[in-house]
Amino acid sequence: MTESRTARICLRLGAAGTLAFIYFPLVVIAIYAFNENISQTWPIEAYTTKWFSVAWNNPDVRDALWLSVKAASGATVIALVLGTLAGLAVSRSRFFGREVISFLVILPIALPGIVTGLALQATILNVLDPLGISFSIWTIVIGHATFCIVVLYNNAVARMRRVSGNLDEASMDLGADGWQTFRFVTFPQLRSALLAGALLAFALSFDEVVVTIFTSGAQRTLPIWMFENFARPRELPVVNVVALFVIFASIIPVWIAQRIAGGTGLAAERAGQGAVAASIEAEP
Amino acid sequence: MTSIADVESPPRQGPGRRLSTFFVRHSRLRLAALLALPLGWLLVIYLGSLFLLLLASFWEVGGILGTDIVHSWNLDNYKTLVDEPVYRNVAFRTISMAVLVTVADAVLAFPIAYYMARVATPRTRNALVVAVLTPLWASYLVKAYSWRTILGEEGVLNWLLAPFGLSGPGYSSTGLWLAFTYLWLPFMILPIYAGLERIPGSLIEASADLGGKSVRTFWKVTLPLAFPAVVAGSIFTFSLTLGDYILPGLISDQQFIGTVIYNDRGSNLPVAAAFAMVPVLVMTAYLWGAKRLGAFENL
Repeated sequence: MTESRTARICLRLGAAGTLAFIYFPLVVIAIYAFNENISQTWPIEAYTTKWFSVAWNNPDVRDALWLSVKAASGATVIALVLGTLAGLAVSRSRFFGREVISFLVILPIALPGIVTGLALQATILNVLDPLGISFSIWTIVIGHATFCIVVLYNNAVARMRRVSGNLDEASMDLGADGWQTFRFVTFPQLRSALLAGALLAFALSFDEVVVTIFTSGAQRTLPIWMFENFARPRELPVVNVVALFVIFASIIPVWIAQRIAGGTGLAAERAGQGAVAASIEAEP
Repeated sequence: MTSIADVESPPRQGPGRRLSTFFVRHSRLRLAALLALPLGWLLVIYLGSLFLLLLASFWEVGGILGTDIVHSWNLDNYKTLVDEPVYRNVAFRTISMAVLVTVADAVLAFPIAYYMARVATPRTRNALVVAVLTPLWASYLVKAYSWRTILGEEGVLNWLLAPFGLSGPGYSSTGLWLAFTYLWLPFMILPIYAGLERIPGSLIEASADLGGKSVRTFWKVTLPLAFPAVVAGSIFTFSLTLGDYILPGLISDQQFIGTVIYNDRGSNLPVAAAFAMVPVLVMTAYLWGAKRLGAFENL
């Protein structure tokens, strides 16, 4: 420990200040969910829980929530299959173009969301629409799956790096065929990483809005419903409640995922934009 | 362990077994089979879309009503972007904002990252990593909206500052800068923390042993070693600011690259597509520079 006592105290204060800054807006929005008044003025004069039932009984909110859940589930399933396949391919073999695959998987979240969104919208309007596929839940799912692949890919690659390939070889030596080896040896070791990845992908998809606005047409996911209602002062109390709900809906899967993946894997398997991190790190 | 019993069961015969044996023997084909779906998806859907976007940037709107898309093949949109000062100003404003946000995030992120990496006990460190990661995952849209409420005329910030006779920045460029800095801060803290953690403590002790005061050690040893990590974090803060259209719409009435693309997306896809090439080009150059600085090892 070479830092002086003063330096350490300053660092501690700085860290505490930054943490307070990070949580301040989340706390503010949580308090607003209990604001009785429709106007968003501070300080809040009276508190109530009535907006929770108003929000729950709002048919638009319910439809939007249901669409979000369906879209996130669809995107998670597709990303689970595609990300795992790509992760397995990259992990146990060396081949020309391996870096290209990592790059390709990361690209949808490395490029600004508006570029991805506009590109997908151009494809939907100019290619899919003439083929008879217009904006639907499927266009949302396709967009979300594209940028969720990286999360599963990343988790699969990180886990495969930590488990030994010797077990697979031992299984083969003992007479198991390729499928049996995958089913009984490789997959059980991967399972928790994939489950954690699937939860992260679900969370990522559930509150995504930047790309979704371009791929949803007239449909409303829950974040899009919020976005449209920011401009309607009378709806803001319900927006506040939905906002609080969305915070928990995106954080809880992540917490569970961290527990499943285990403390040590936290840094390696952190996902989202941070996923870029681990995947690039995976490449020497 | 039922699995062992299953593994020990007599080898299955049949097409499945033959297929799996085939793939074990032909690893290239196995690789191709594994990659076919994910690669096909990303190539066709994603790269295909990006390519179409590039094509669309050469089209133009025309027709009788001026709303049809004409599949022309010229550089008129790019000429517009260069000739019209509006687009230049918007691009300049957006890139300046990205630079300012990146600088602010680096300054804010350093103390907490340093504390996490070099002062905190392992227990506190893990708790802090979770504490920084959690808000990163909390909905982007909610955080953006929260800043709209905080910065409002009768919002929390003005209320907090009122006793000191001050008022907050409100819905302005400064307010936008503050909110952007907030939104991307965790993306900067985590790489810097990882980078600082990788600096061997012995180097810092050596500097102290050789008479370097803590400030000097920081400037001459710690900061240069951590710099690639700062660049790694700046990739996110820079890219995310460049492409955002929601926060500027909520907090500022000025135009940014994202808001222009967003507003043009329905009425003039070709110009929007051409303008979208600006963040793509800037990020390509940025990533190239970051790679040369060795930032990718710190991501």
